Amino acid sequence: MAKRIGMEVSIAASEAVKLADVDLIAAYPITPQTHIVEHLAEVVADGELDAAFVPVESEHSAMSCCIGSSAAGARTFTASSSQGLALMHEMLFIAPAMRLPIVMVVANRALSGPISIWNDHSDIMAEQDIAWIQTFAENGQEVFDLVLHAFRVAEDSKVLLPMIVNMDGFTLSHVIEPIEILDKAEVDKYLPPYKPKVRLDPRKPVSMGLVGVPEIYTEAKKATNEALINSKKVVVKAWKEFGDLFGRYYNPVESYKTEGAEVILITMGSISETAMTAIDKMREKGLPVGLVRFRLWKPFPATEFKKAIAGAQTLAVVDRALSPGGACGPVAEEIKAALYAERGRPKVFNFIAGLGGRDVTVENFEEIVSRAFTYAKKRPKQLYEMIGVREI
Amino acid sequence: MIEIRIHGRGGQGAVTSAELVAIAAIDDGKYAQAFPSFGPERRGAPVAAFIRVSDKPIRTREKVYGPNVVMVLDPSILKIVNVAAGLKDGGTVIINTSKTPEEMARLLNVKAKIATVDATKIAMESMGVPITNTTMLGALLKSTGIVSNDALGKAIDKRFGRIAEKNKTAFNRAMTETIVREA
Repeated sequence: MAKRIGMEVSIAASEAVKLADVDLIAAYPITPQTHIVEHLAEVVADGELDAAFVPVESEHSAMSCCIGSSAAGARTFTASSSQGLALMHEMLFIAPAMRLPIVMVVANRALSGPISIWNDHSDIMAEQDIAWIQTFAENGQEVFDLVLHAFRVAEDSKVLLPMIVNMDGFTLSHVIEPIEILDKAEVDKYLPPYKPKVRLDPRKPVSMGLVGVPEIYTEAKKATNEALINSKKVVVKAWKEFGDLFGRYYNPVESYKTEGAEVILITMGSISETAMTAIDKMREKGLPVGLVRFRLWKPFPATEFKKAIAGAQTLAVVDRALSPGGACGPVAEEIKAALYAERGRPKVFNFIAGLGGRDVTVENFEEIVSRAFTYAKKRPKQLYEMIGVREI
Repeated sequence: MIEIRIHGRGGQGAVTSAELVAIAAIDDGKYAQAFPSFGPERRGAPVAAFIRVSDKPIRTREKVYGPNVVMVLDPSILKIVNVAAGLKDGGTVIINTSKTPEEMARLLNVKAKIATVDATKIAMESMGVPITNTTMLGALLKSTGIVSNDALGKAIDKRFGRIAEKNKTAFNRAMTETIVREA
Protein backbone atom coordinates (compact mmCIF):
# COMPACT_ATOMS: atom_id res chain seq x y z
CA MET A 1 0.00 0.00 0.00
CA ALA A 2 1.21 3.47 -0.84
CA LYS A 3 2.78 5.73 1.76
CA ARG A 4 0.64 8.37 3.39
CA ILE A 5 1.61 11.80 2.09
CA GLY A 6 0.74 15.15 3.64
CA MET A 7 -1.19 17.10 1.06
CA GLU A 8 -4.06 19.52 0.70
CA VAL A 9 -7.36 17.73 0.24
CA SER A 10 -8.20 19.78 -2.89
CA ILE A 11 -4.97 18.57 -4.46
CA ALA A 12 -5.86 14.98 -3.57
CA ALA A 13 -9.20 15.48 -5.35
CA SER A 14 -7.47 16.70 -8.50
CA GLU A 15 -4.87 13.92 -8.30
CA ALA A 16 -7.77 11.44 -8.37
CA VAL A 17 -9.18 13.20 -11.44
CA LYS A 18 -5.74 13.04 -13.06
CA LEU A 19 -5.42 9.32 -12.28
CA ALA A 20 -8.88 8.79 -13.77
CA ASP A 21 -7.33 10.15 -16.97
CA VAL A 22 -10.22 12.47 -17.79
CA ASP A 23 -10.59 13.82 -21.30
CA LEU A 24 -12.13 17.19 -20.53
CA ILE A 25 -12.36 19.59 -17.62
CA ALA A 26 -14.58 22.66 -17.95
CA ALA A 27 -14.67 24.93 -14.94
CA TYR A 28 -15.01 28.43 -13.64
CA PRO A 29 -13.05 29.32 -10.49
CA ILE A 30 -14.97 29.82 -7.27
CA THR A 31 -13.89 29.69 -3.64
CA PRO A 32 -13.37 27.23 -1.94
CA GLN A 33 -13.24 24.86 -4.91
CA THR A 34 -10.54 26.88 -6.72
CA HIS A 35 -7.47 24.80 -5.84
CA ILE A 36 -8.98 21.71 -7.49
CA VAL A 37 -9.30 23.18 -10.97
CA GLU A 38 -6.18 25.32 -10.56
CA HIS A 39 -4.16 22.16 -9.98
CA LEU A 40 -5.87 20.43 -12.89
CA ALA A 41 -5.09 23.39 -15.16
CA GLU A 42 -1.45 23.01 -14.11
CA VAL A 43 -1.21 19.28 -14.77
CA VAL A 44 -2.84 19.75 -18.17
CA ALA A 45 -0.48 22.65 -19.02
CA ASP A 46 2.53 20.63 -17.82
CA GLY A 47 1.55 17.74 -20.05
CA GLU A 48 0.99 15.36 -17.13
CA LEU A 49 -2.63 14.89 -18.14
CA ASP A 50 -3.70 14.65 -21.77
CA ALA A 51 -7.03 16.47 -21.50
CA ALA A 52 -8.79 19.56 -22.75
CA PHE A 53 -9.06 22.24 -20.08
CA VAL A 54 -11.83 24.65 -21.01
CA PRO A 55 -11.76 27.86 -18.96
CA VAL A 56 -15.36 28.91 -19.52
CA GLU A 57 -16.93 32.28 -18.69
CA SER A 58 -19.46 31.03 -16.13
CA GLU A 59 -20.65 27.93 -14.32
CA HIS A 60 -23.70 27.77 -16.57
CA SER A 61 -21.27 27.43 -19.47
CA ALA A 62 -19.11 24.99 -17.50
CA MET A 63 -22.00 22.56 -17.12
CA SER A 64 -23.16 23.14 -20.70
CA CYS A 65 -19.65 22.34 -21.91
CA CYS A 66 -19.52 19.22 -19.71
CA ILE A 67 -22.82 18.05 -21.17
CA GLY A 68 -21.56 18.44 -24.73
CA SER A 69 -18.27 16.77 -23.86
CA SER A 70 -19.87 13.82 -22.11
CA ALA A 71 -22.40 13.41 -24.93
CA ALA A 72 -19.45 13.11 -27.33
CA GLY A 73 -18.18 10.23 -25.21
CA ALA A 74 -15.41 12.01 -23.29
CA ARG A 75 -14.69 11.34 -19.61
CA THR A 76 -15.68 14.69 -18.13
CA PHE A 77 -15.06 16.50 -14.84
CA THR A 78 -15.91 19.80 -13.23
CA ALA A 79 -15.96 21.28 -9.74
CA SER A 80 -17.89 24.09 -8.16
CA SER A 81 -19.27 25.66 -4.99
CA SER A 82 -22.12 27.77 -3.72
CA GLN A 83 -23.16 30.56 -6.14
CA GLY A 84 -21.33 28.73 -8.90
CA LEU A 85 -23.39 25.61 -8.36
CA ALA A 86 -26.50 27.78 -8.19
CA LEU A 87 -25.61 29.31 -11.54
CA MET A 88 -25.38 25.78 -12.96
CA HIS A 89 -28.81 24.93 -11.63
CA GLU A 90 -30.66 25.01 -14.93
CA MET A 91 -28.12 22.77 -16.68
CA LEU A 92 -27.77 20.30 -13.79
CA PHE A 93 -31.12 18.70 -14.64
CA ILE A 94 -30.11 18.13 -18.26
CA ALA A 95 -27.15 15.81 -17.55
CA PRO A 96 -29.12 12.97 -15.88
CA ALA A 97 -31.97 13.29 -18.38
CA MET A 98 -29.41 12.70 -21.13
CA ARG A 99 -27.81 9.93 -19.02
CA LEU A 100 -24.38 11.55 -19.07
CA PRO A 101 -21.82 10.29 -16.52
CA ILE A 102 -20.23 13.64 -15.64
CA VAL A 103 -18.38 13.73 -12.32
CA MET A 104 -18.35 16.90 -10.22
CA VAL A 105 -16.75 17.72 -6.90
CA VAL A 106 -18.70 20.27 -4.91
CA ALA A 107 -16.68 22.00 -2.19
CA ASN A 108 -19.72 22.80 -0.10
CA ARG A 109 -20.18 26.44 0.81
CA ALA A 110 -23.00 28.60 2.10
CA LEU A 111 -25.25 30.42 -0.33
CA SER A 112 -25.50 34.20 -0.15
CA GLY A 113 -26.85 36.33 1.39
CA PRO A 114 -25.32 37.57 3.43
CA ILE A 115 -22.25 36.86 1.31
CA SER A 116 -20.37 33.93 2.79
CA ILE A 117 -17.45 32.00 1.36
CA TRP A 118 -17.54 29.55 4.27
CA ASN A 119 -18.74 26.01 4.69
CA ASP A 120 -22.22 24.62 5.11
CA HIS A 121 -24.49 22.45 2.96
CA SER A 122 -26.94 25.05 1.71
CA ASP A 123 -25.50 24.99 -1.83
CA ILE A 124 -26.06 21.28 -2.37
CA MET A 125 -29.35 21.15 -0.46
CA ALA A 126 -30.74 23.68 -2.93
CA GLU A 127 -30.07 21.02 -5.61
CA GLN A 128 -31.99 18.14 -4.08
CA ASP A 129 -34.02 17.24 -7.16
CA ILE A 130 -31.39 17.28 -9.89
CA ALA A 131 -31.24 13.44 -10.11
CA TRP A 132 -27.46 13.21 -9.71
CA ILE A 133 -25.99 10.46 -7.54
CA GLN A 134 -24.43 12.14 -4.51
CA THR A 135 -21.90 11.07 -1.92
CA PHE A 136 -20.38 12.95 1.02
CA ALA A 137 -16.74 12.67 2.13
CA GLU A 138 -15.63 12.86 5.75
CA ASN A 139 -11.90 13.31 5.23
CA GLY A 140 -9.27 13.77 2.56
CA GLN A 141 -8.73 10.07 1.93
CA GLU A 142 -12.43 9.67 1.27
CA VAL A 143 -12.40 12.59 -1.16
CA PHE A 144 -9.67 10.87 -3.16
CA ASP A 145 -11.38 7.46 -3.00
CA LEU A 146 -14.89 8.77 -3.68
CA VAL A 147 -13.78 10.66 -6.81
CA LEU A 148 -12.46 7.42 -8.34
CA HIS A 149 -15.59 5.61 -7.17
CA ALA A 150 -17.75 8.30 -8.81
CA PHE A 151 -16.26 7.73 -12.28
CA ARG A 152 -16.62 3.99 -11.85
CA VAL A 153 -20.29 4.19 -10.82
CA ALA A 154 -21.40 6.99 -13.16
CA GLU A 155 -20.00 5.28 -16.25
CA ASP A 156 -21.33 1.80 -15.41
CA SER A 157 -23.64 0.79 -18.27
CA LYS A 158 -26.35 -0.05 -15.72
CA VAL A 159 -26.14 3.48 -14.29
CA LEU A 160 -25.09 6.21 -16.77
CA LEU A 161 -25.89 9.11 -14.49
CA PRO A 162 -23.85 12.11 -13.36
CA MET A 163 -22.39 12.02 -9.89
CA ILE A 164 -21.42 14.60 -7.28
CA VAL A 165 -18.82 14.06 -4.58
CA ASN A 166 -19.50 16.55 -1.79
CA MET A 167 -16.65 17.72 0.40
CA ASP A 168 -16.86 20.46 2.97
CA GLY A 169 -15.33 23.71 1.78
CA PHE A 170 -12.29 24.85 3.81
CA THR A 171 -12.85 22.33 6.64
CA LEU A 172 -11.80 19.70 4.10
CA SER A 173 -10.78 21.48 0.91
CA HIS A 174 -8.04 23.60 2.53
CA VAL A 175 -6.70 21.10 5.08
CA ILE A 176 -3.32 19.37 4.81
CA GLU A 177 -3.65 15.81 6.03
CA PRO A 178 -2.26 12.32 5.36
CA ILE A 179 -3.57 10.77 2.16
CA GLU A 180 -2.61 7.57 0.34
CA ILE A 181 -2.48 8.21 -3.37
CA LEU A 182 -2.93 5.10 -5.49
CA ASP A 183 -0.66 4.63 -8.48
CA LYS A 184 -1.88 4.58 -12.07
CA ALA A 185 -1.71 0.78 -12.41
CA GLU A 186 -3.86 0.35 -9.29
CA VAL A 187 -6.41 2.89 -10.52
CA ASP A 188 -6.49 1.20 -13.93
CA LYS A 189 -7.42 -2.08 -12.24
CA TYR A 190 -10.41 -0.38 -10.67
CA LEU A 191 -11.49 2.06 -13.36
CA PRO A 192 -11.70 0.78 -16.94
CA PRO A 193 -11.73 3.27 -19.84
CA TYR A 194 -15.13 4.82 -20.55
CA LYS A 195 -16.76 3.16 -23.55
CA PRO A 196 -20.12 4.87 -24.18
CA LYS A 197 -22.73 2.80 -25.97
CA VAL A 198 -24.21 5.85 -27.65
CA ARG A 199 -22.40 9.10 -28.33
CA LEU A 200 -22.49 12.11 -30.59
CA ASP A 201 -20.58 11.10 -33.69
CA PRO A 202 -20.99 12.74 -37.11
CA ARG A 203 -20.32 9.38 -38.79
CA LYS A 204 -23.19 7.78 -36.90
CA PRO A 205 -25.65 10.59 -36.15
CA VAL A 206 -27.99 10.41 -33.18
CA SER A 207 -30.19 13.04 -31.51
CA MET A 208 -29.89 13.71 -27.81
CA GLY A 209 -31.76 15.95 -25.39
CA LEU A 210 -34.95 16.24 -27.41
CA VAL A 211 -38.33 17.69 -26.48
CA GLY A 212 -40.38 15.56 -24.10
CA VAL A 213 -43.89 16.01 -25.36
CA PRO A 214 -46.74 15.23 -22.91
CA GLU A 215 -46.92 11.71 -24.36
CA ILE A 216 -43.34 10.97 -23.26
CA TYR A 217 -42.27 13.42 -20.50
CA THR A 218 -43.74 11.39 -17.62
CA GLU A 219 -42.17 8.15 -18.84
CA ALA A 220 -38.81 9.88 -19.35
CA LYS A 221 -38.89 11.26 -15.80
CA LYS A 222 -39.88 7.86 -14.42
CA ALA A 223 -37.05 6.17 -16.29
CA THR A 224 -34.43 8.61 -14.96
CA ASN A 225 -35.75 8.30 -11.43
CA GLU A 226 -35.67 4.51 -11.62
CA ALA A 227 -32.13 4.64 -12.95
CA LEU A 228 -31.19 6.81 -9.96
CA ILE A 229 -32.88 4.50 -7.45
CA ASN A 230 -31.34 1.41 -9.05
CA SER A 231 -27.87 2.98 -9.11
CA LYS A 232 -27.53 2.10 -5.41
CA LYS A 233 -26.69 -1.51 -6.27
CA VAL A 234 -23.76 -0.39 -8.41
CA VAL A 235 -22.71 2.22 -5.82
CA VAL A 236 -22.45 -0.54 -3.21
CA LYS A 237 -20.80 -3.06 -5.54
CA ALA A 238 -18.20 -0.50 -6.66
CA TRP A 239 -17.38 0.25 -3.00
CA LYS A 240 -17.03 -3.46 -2.25
CA GLU A 241 -14.61 -3.88 -5.15
CA PHE A 242 -12.68 -0.79 -4.08
CA GLY A 243 -12.34 -2.28 -0.61
CA ASP A 244 -11.27 -5.68 -1.95
CA LEU A 245 -8.57 -4.01 -4.05
CA PHE A 246 -7.29 -1.31 -1.71
CA GLY A 247 -8.47 -2.26 1.78
CA ARG A 248 -10.73 0.72 2.40
CA TYR A 249 -14.38 -0.30 2.57
CA TYR A 250 -17.29 2.12 2.31
CA ASN A 251 -21.05 1.81 2.85
CA PRO A 252 -24.06 3.99 2.01
CA VAL A 253 -24.69 4.46 5.74
CA GLU A 254 -21.94 4.13 8.34
CA SER A 255 -22.39 3.39 12.04
CA TYR A 256 -20.17 4.23 14.99
CA LYS A 257 -20.73 2.80 18.47
CA THR A 258 -24.46 2.31 17.92
CA GLU A 259 -24.66 -0.90 19.98
CA GLY A 260 -27.09 -0.26 22.80
CA ALA A 261 -27.39 3.42 21.91
CA GLU A 262 -30.60 5.11 23.07
CA VAL A 263 -29.78 8.33 21.25
CA ILE A 264 -28.17 8.24 17.83
CA LEU A 265 -26.60 11.33 16.29
CA ILE A 266 -27.05 11.64 12.54
CA THR A 267 -24.47 13.59 10.54
CA MET A 268 -23.11 14.00 7.03
CA GLY A 269 -19.70 15.23 5.88
CA SER A 270 -16.61 16.27 7.81
CA ILE A 271 -18.37 17.09 11.09
CA SER A 272 -18.79 13.31 11.46
CA GLU A 273 -15.20 12.98 12.64
CA THR A 274 -15.70 15.60 15.34
CA ALA A 275 -18.94 13.83 16.23
CA MET A 276 -17.04 10.55 16.71
CA THR A 277 -14.71 12.25 19.16
CA ALA A 278 -17.77 13.59 20.99
CA ILE A 279 -19.31 10.08 21.05
CA ASP A 280 -16.10 8.65 22.53
CA LYS A 281 -16.19 11.29 25.26
CA MET A 282 -19.87 10.70 26.07
CA ARG A 283 -19.49 6.90 26.00
CA GLU A 284 -16.66 7.23 28.53
CA LYS A 285 -19.13 9.02 30.78
CA GLY A 286 -21.52 6.09 30.32
CA LEU A 287 -24.04 7.81 28.03
CA PRO A 288 -25.72 5.35 25.62
CA VAL A 289 -25.08 7.32 22.41
CA GLY A 290 -23.93 6.39 18.95
CA LEU A 291 -23.43 7.95 15.53
CA VAL A 292 -24.84 7.17 12.11
CA ARG A 293 -23.78 9.13 9.08
CA PHE A 294 -24.72 9.16 5.43
CA ARG A 295 -22.01 8.58 2.88
CA LEU A 296 -24.56 8.12 0.11
CA TRP A 297 -27.08 10.95 0.08
CA LYS A 298 -28.84 10.40 -3.27
CA PRO A 299 -30.41 7.97 -3.94
CA PHE A 300 -31.45 8.15 -0.30
CA PRO A 301 -30.42 4.85 1.31
CA ALA A 302 -33.60 4.35 3.36
CA THR A 303 -33.22 0.58 3.89
CA GLU A 304 -29.62 0.82 5.09
CA PHE A 305 -30.53 3.76 7.28
CA LYS A 306 -33.42 1.96 9.00
CA LYS A 307 -31.13 -0.99 9.69
CA ALA A 308 -28.44 1.28 11.12
CA ILE A 309 -30.76 3.02 13.59
CA ALA A 310 -32.74 -0.09 14.59
CA GLY A 311 -33.22 -0.19 18.34
CA ALA A 312 -32.59 3.50 19.01
CA GLN A 313 -35.38 5.42 20.72
CA THR A 314 -34.24 8.88 19.73
CA LEU A 315 -32.47 10.38 16.73
CA ALA A 316 -30.67 13.73 16.90
CA VAL A 317 -30.32 14.78 13.27
CA VAL A 318 -27.78 17.49 12.53
CA ASP A 319 -28.45 19.54 9.40
CA ARG A 320 -25.91 21.93 7.87
CA ALA A 321 -28.57 23.88 5.99
CA LEU A 322 -31.74 25.68 6.86
CA SER A 323 -34.96 25.10 4.95
CA PRO A 324 -36.56 28.48 5.60
CA GLY A 325 -40.22 28.33 6.41
CA GLY A 326 -40.16 24.54 6.26
CA ALA A 327 -40.76 21.81 8.81
CA CYS A 328 -37.08 21.03 9.44
CA GLY A 329 -33.69 20.76 7.77
CA PRO A 330 -33.37 18.73 4.55
CA VAL A 331 -31.69 15.67 6.10
CA ALA A 332 -34.25 15.47 8.90
CA GLU A 333 -37.02 15.83 6.35
CA GLU A 334 -35.81 12.77 4.39
CA ILE A 335 -35.42 10.80 7.59
CA LYS A 336 -38.86 11.69 8.91
CA ALA A 337 -40.43 10.77 5.57
CA ALA A 338 -38.56 7.46 5.51
CA LEU A 339 -39.59 6.55 9.07
CA TYR A 340 -43.20 7.75 9.06
CA ALA A 341 -44.69 4.40 8.03
CA GLU A 342 -42.45 2.39 10.37
CA ARG A 343 -43.95 0.81 13.43
CA GLY A 344 -42.22 1.76 16.69
CA ARG A 345 -40.29 4.49 14.93
CA PRO A 346 -37.87 6.57 16.99
CA LYS A 347 -38.45 10.17 17.96
CA VAL A 348 -36.62 12.51 15.59
CA PHE A 349 -35.23 15.85 16.77
CA ASN A 350 -33.52 18.19 14.36
CA PHE A 351 -30.65 20.57 15.03
CA ILE A 352 -29.24 23.07 12.55
CA ALA A 353 -25.53 23.67 13.12
CA GLY A 354 -22.44 25.01 11.40
CA LEU A 355 -24.03 27.53 9.05
CA GLY A 356 -21.73 29.77 7.01
CA GLY A 357 -18.51 28.47 8.55
CA ARG A 358 -19.59 28.50 12.20
CA ASP A 359 -17.37 25.91 13.87
CA VAL A 360 -19.13 22.71 14.97
CA THR A 361 -17.37 21.57 18.13
CA VAL A 362 -17.30 18.49 20.33
CA GLU A 363 -19.10 20.64 22.89
CA ASN A 364 -21.89 21.38 20.36
CA PHE A 365 -22.48 17.65 19.89
CA GLU A 366 -22.60 17.10 23.65
CA GLU A 367 -25.19 19.84 23.89
CA ILE A 368 -27.24 18.34 21.04
CA VAL A 369 -27.23 14.90 22.64
CA SER A 370 -28.13 16.31 26.03
CA ARG A 371 -31.09 18.16 24.52
CA ALA A 372 -32.18 15.02 22.67
CA PHE A 373 -32.27 13.09 25.97
CA THR A 374 -34.37 15.89 27.50
CA TYR A 375 -36.75 16.13 24.55
CA ALA A 376 -37.22 12.36 24.56
CA LYS A 377 -38.89 12.80 27.97
CA LYS A 378 -40.62 16.10 27.26
CA ARG A 379 -41.55 16.97 23.71
CA PRO A 380 -40.17 20.37 22.63
CA LYS A 381 -42.47 23.08 21.24
CA GLN A 382 -40.30 23.80 18.19
CA LEU A 383 -39.88 21.49 15.18
CA TYR A 384 -36.14 22.11 15.01
CA GLU A 385 -33.61 24.39 16.61
CA MET A 386 -30.46 26.19 15.65
CA ILE A 387 -27.33 25.41 17.66
CA GLY A 388 -24.74 27.96 18.74
CA VAL A 389 -26.83 31.04 17.96
CA ARG A 390 -25.51 34.09 19.81
CA GLU A 391 -28.38 35.81 21.62
CA ILE A 392 -28.19 39.37 22.91
CA MET B 1 -1.98 14.78 20.37
CA ILE B 2 -0.12 18.09 20.18
CA GLU B 3 -2.12 21.12 19.06
CA ILE B 4 -0.38 24.25 17.80
CA ARG B 5 -1.81 27.67 17.02
CA ILE B 6 0.20 30.08 14.91
CA HIS B 7 -0.48 33.82 15.01
CA GLY B 8 0.82 36.15 12.36
CA ARG B 9 -0.19 38.75 9.83
CA GLY B 10 -1.37 37.98 6.33
CA GLY B 11 1.72 37.61 4.12
CA GLN B 12 4.10 36.39 6.83
CA GLY B 13 3.53 32.76 5.95
CA ALA B 14 1.61 31.51 9.00
CA VAL B 15 -0.43 29.11 6.86
CA THR B 16 2.63 27.90 4.95
CA SER B 17 4.53 27.19 8.16
CA ALA B 18 1.56 25.18 9.49
CA GLU B 19 1.47 23.19 6.26
CA LEU B 20 5.22 22.49 6.34
CA VAL B 21 5.03 21.12 9.89
CA ALA B 22 2.08 18.86 9.02
CA ILE B 23 3.76 17.58 5.84
CA ALA B 24 6.94 16.87 7.81
CA ALA B 25 5.06 15.12 10.63
CA ILE B 26 3.25 12.89 8.13
CA ASP B 27 6.58 12.17 6.44
CA ASP B 28 7.86 11.13 9.89
CA GLY B 29 5.03 8.54 9.93
CA LYS B 30 2.73 10.47 12.23
CA TYR B 31 -0.77 11.78 11.66
CA ALA B 32 -1.24 15.52 11.25
CA GLN B 33 -3.59 18.26 10.16
CA ALA B 34 -2.84 21.85 9.16
CA PHE B 35 -5.45 24.41 8.30
CA PRO B 36 -5.91 28.17 8.21
CA SER B 37 -8.46 30.04 10.30
CA PHE B 38 -10.46 30.62 7.08
CA GLY B 39 -11.09 34.27 7.90
CA PRO B 40 -11.24 37.08 5.33
CA GLU B 41 -7.43 36.97 5.22
CA ARG B 42 -5.58 39.82 3.62
CA ARG B 43 -2.04 41.12 3.71
CA GLY B 44 -1.20 42.70 7.05
CA ALA B 45 -4.33 41.61 8.93
CA PRO B 46 -4.00 39.28 11.94
CA VAL B 47 -4.34 35.64 10.86
CA ALA B 48 -4.12 32.30 12.59
CA ALA B 49 -3.26 28.80 11.44
CA PHE B 50 -3.60 25.50 13.24
CA ILE B 51 -1.64 22.24 13.43
CA ARG B 52 -2.44 18.93 15.08
CA VAL B 53 0.16 16.16 15.32
CA SER B 54 -0.64 12.75 16.74
CA ASP B 55 0.52 9.14 16.78
CA LYS B 56 -3.06 8.08 16.05
CA PRO B 57 -5.49 9.13 13.30
CA ILE B 58 -6.97 12.54 14.13
CA ARG B 59 -10.73 12.62 14.32
CA THR B 60 -11.73 16.18 14.92
CA ARG B 61 -12.30 19.13 12.64
CA GLU B 62 -12.91 21.87 15.17
CA LYS B 63 -10.49 24.77 15.43
CA VAL B 64 -7.73 24.59 18.03
CA TYR B 65 -9.11 26.15 21.20
CA GLY B 66 -6.72 24.64 23.76
CA PRO B 67 -3.26 24.62 22.14
CA ASN B 68 -0.19 22.95 23.65
CA VAL B 69 1.97 25.35 21.68
CA VAL B 70 1.41 28.91 20.50
CA MET B 71 3.76 30.45 17.97
CA VAL B 72 3.77 34.19 17.27
CA LEU B 73 5.33 35.30 13.98
CA ASP B 74 4.90 39.03 14.57
CA PRO B 75 5.52 40.78 17.92
CA SER B 76 2.96 43.52 17.11
CA ILE B 77 0.20 40.87 17.28
CA LEU B 78 0.68 40.68 21.05
CA LYS B 79 -1.02 44.07 21.48
CA ILE B 80 -4.19 43.09 19.63
CA VAL B 81 -4.65 39.35 20.10
CA ASN B 82 -4.62 37.37 23.34
CA VAL B 83 -2.19 34.82 21.97
CA ALA B 84 -2.16 32.76 25.17
CA ALA B 85 -5.95 32.19 25.08
CA GLY B 86 -6.75 28.57 25.97
CA LEU B 87 -3.06 27.59 26.30
CA LYS B 88 -2.84 24.23 28.09
CA ASP B 89 -1.01 23.84 31.39
CA GLY B 90 2.60 23.03 30.70
CA GLY B 91 2.25 24.63 27.28
CA THR B 92 4.84 26.46 25.22
CA VAL B 93 4.82 29.98 23.76
CA ILE B 94 7.28 30.77 20.99
CA ILE B 95 7.64 34.42 20.06
CA ASN B 96 9.43 36.43 17.42
CA THR B 97 10.86 39.20 19.60
CA SER B 98 14.16 40.79 20.57
CA LYS B 99 13.09 40.52 24.23
CA THR B 100 14.21 37.73 26.56
CA PRO B 101 11.91 34.86 27.63
CA GLU B 102 11.86 36.34 31.18
CA GLU B 103 10.59 39.68 29.88
CA MET B 104 7.96 37.92 27.75
CA ALA B 105 6.82 35.77 30.68
CA ARG B 106 6.15 38.95 32.66
CA LEU B 107 4.48 40.70 29.73
CA LEU B 108 2.19 37.80 28.85
CA ASN B 109 1.63 36.82 32.47
CA VAL B 110 1.55 33.10 31.66
CA LYS B 111 3.07 30.10 33.35
CA ALA B 112 4.52 28.41 30.32
CA LYS B 113 7.71 27.38 28.67
CA ILE B 114 8.76 30.40 26.64
CA ALA B 115 11.05 30.54 23.64
CA THR B 116 12.14 33.78 22.00
CA VAL B 117 14.13 34.59 18.91
CA ASP B 118 14.62 37.78 16.90
CA ALA B 119 13.21 36.18 13.76
CA THR B 120 12.66 39.45 11.92
CA LYS B 121 16.37 40.27 12.22
CA ILE B 122 17.41 36.77 11.12
CA ALA B 123 14.95 36.76 8.19
CA MET B 124 16.15 40.19 7.02
CA GLU B 125 19.81 39.17 7.23
CA SER B 126 19.37 35.73 5.65
CA MET B 127 16.67 36.40 3.08
CA GLY B 128 16.30 40.16 2.83
CA VAL B 129 12.57 40.03 3.57
CA PRO B 130 10.72 40.23 6.92
CA ILE B 131 8.90 36.93 6.26
CA THR B 132 9.49 35.05 9.46
CA ASN B 133 7.72 31.73 9.01
CA THR B 134 10.62 29.43 8.18
CA THR B 135 12.83 31.20 10.73
CA MET B 136 10.21 30.62 13.40
CA LEU B 137 10.06 26.94 12.43
CA GLY B 138 13.65 26.76 13.69
CA ALA B 139 12.46 28.11 17.03
CA LEU B 140 9.55 25.65 17.02
CA LEU B 141 11.84 22.71 16.38
CA LYS B 142 14.36 23.76 19.01
CA SER B 143 11.71 24.25 21.70
CA THR B 144 9.42 21.31 20.91
CA GLY B 145 11.18 18.83 18.60
CA ILE B 146 7.75 18.11 17.14
CA VAL B 147 9.07 16.86 13.79
CA SER B 148 12.41 15.60 12.56
CA ASN B 149 14.89 18.08 11.15
CA ASP B 150 15.21 15.88 8.04
CA ALA B 151 11.52 15.80 7.24
CA LEU B 152 11.12 19.54 7.77
CA GLY B 153 14.18 20.20 5.59
CA LYS B 154 12.62 18.10 2.83
CA ALA B 155 9.31 19.94 3.14
CA ILE B 156 11.10 23.31 2.92
CA ASP B 157 13.08 22.16 -0.15
CA LYS B 158 9.92 21.04 -1.91
CA ARG B 159 7.94 24.19 -1.11
CA PHE B 160 10.62 26.80 -1.80
CA GLY B 161 12.71 25.26 -4.58
CA ARG B 162 15.55 27.62 -5.50
CA ILE B 163 15.02 29.87 -2.46
CA ALA B 164 14.96 26.90 -0.07
CA GLU B 165 18.63 27.33 0.90
CA LYS B 166 18.10 30.89 2.17
CA ASN B 167 15.11 29.71 4.17
CA LYS B 168 17.18 26.90 5.64
CA THR B 169 19.95 29.30 6.59
CA ALA B 170 17.39 31.37 8.52
CA PHE B 171 15.89 28.20 9.99
CA ASN B 172 19.29 26.93 11.17
CA ARG B 173 20.22 30.30 12.67
CA ALA B 174 16.98 30.25 14.67
CA MET B 175 17.81 26.73 15.86
CA THR B 176 21.00 28.18 17.35
CA GLU B 177 19.79 31.58 18.51
CA THR B 178 16.43 30.70 20.09
CA ILE B 179 16.46 31.08 23.87
CA VAL B 180 14.23 28.61 25.73
CA ARG B 181 13.10 29.14 29.30
CA GLU B 182 11.31 26.28 31.08
CA ALA B 183 8.09 27.18 32.92
